[in-house]
Amino acid sequence: MEWMAWSLVTAIFFIGIATLLIAMTVAEIKHPSVERKGFLPIIATTRGDRLFIGLLSSAFFHLGFLALSESSVWIPFGISILWLICVLRWG
Amino acid sequence: MNLKVKNNKAWFLVLPVLALVAFSAIIPLMTVVNYSVQDIFDNSSVFVGTEWYREILNDPRLQSSLIRQFVFSGAVLLVEIPLGILVALMMPKSGRMASLCLVILAMPLLIPWNVVGTIWQIFGRADIGLMGAFLNGIGIDYNYASNPIDAWLTVLLMDVWHWTSLVALLCYSGLRAIPDAYYQAAKIDQASAWAVFRYIQLPKLRSVLVIGILLRFMDSFMIYAEPFVLTGGGPGNSTTFLSQTLTKMAIGQFDLGPAAAFSLVYFLIVLLVSWLFFTTITHLDNKK
Repeated sequence: MEWMAWSLVTAIFFIGIATLLIAMTVAEIKHPSVERKGFLPIIATTRGDRLFIGLLSSAFFHLGFLALSESSVWIPFGISILWLICVLRWG
Repeated sequence: MNLKVKNNKAWFLVLPVLALVAFSAIIPLMTVVNYSVQDIFDNSSVFVGTEWYREILNDPRLQSSLIRQFVFSGAVLLVEIPLGILVALMMPKSGRMASLCLVILAMPLLIPWNVVGTIWQIFGRADIGLMGAFLNGIGIDYNYASNPIDAWLTVLLMDVWHWTSLVALLCYSGLRAIPDAYYQAAKIDQASAWAVFRYIQLPKLRSVLVIGILLRFMDSFMIYAEPFVLTGGGPGNSTTFLSQTLTKMAIGQFDLGPAAAFSLVYFLIVLLVSWLFFTTITHLDNKK
């Protein structure tokens, strides 16, 4: 595994993603998701769609922040967590 | 009464595919993420956080490559999609001529990318190339090696020559799937050729067109071998697209950290566009 050049931060990142996917799978088995229309435009979404949209938009938000600001990356991280919760709950 | 039986054990059948995808895509992607936050030397590495991301996002060379890439993909779609529809509409509906047309159309698709680049490199040469020498012979000062506009037009023409067939074949299959009853109804209504196209053929082609647009966008967005062989990215950097910039960075300069960060940005753009197209297709199907 040395060739993969692991670091603690990336390991935590991937464990977080894996945990999220496992949790979503368990949630889907226990409480199957039903498509619904929230504040996201045009499309009705399932729980998985909303997670994907939340994560992808957060990634672009991080990139935009890094391109335009010298401030700490914890700022977009915090905003992204809030955004992800909003998308999952009301999206 | 709901007779649908759910058996989640069927998911085990996809495990071999998951294992294959893990080895071919997920593990390499994870490695790229690891590289993107570290400065890797021969036997050691230093964690640099988001430094490479800040560097590449503010790199004018990458920004100009990205703009060129979007302009190129946009131009490819603007030319190839209408041309592909036109070719499909003009093709014979059945018989030997239809088979011959299909074979001829499929031929450019079978040629490897680097060979296409070589063909057009020779074809466009001002001294010996059929197209280049002809254009210069009739008084047009054409030289793709020194003039950026000529280089762009040649790369675009090469892509149109190589890939319009794909759009045409997709549209042809879509057109053949339209039931004859629609045309008979249009004939009874004395509909013009334009009305038949606008209200019958085009709506029925929607699904294949979305697939065609998606395929052509993704492929043109990742173009590498053809312009690399034809122009080498020049003159200057005028035809240097994203994948070529990335290759230069990773292999030419051995800047693995910035190249990894750039790869992830590239991947996210491709992912976003794919998702937008996928959502559009699903949305259109649901609306039907």
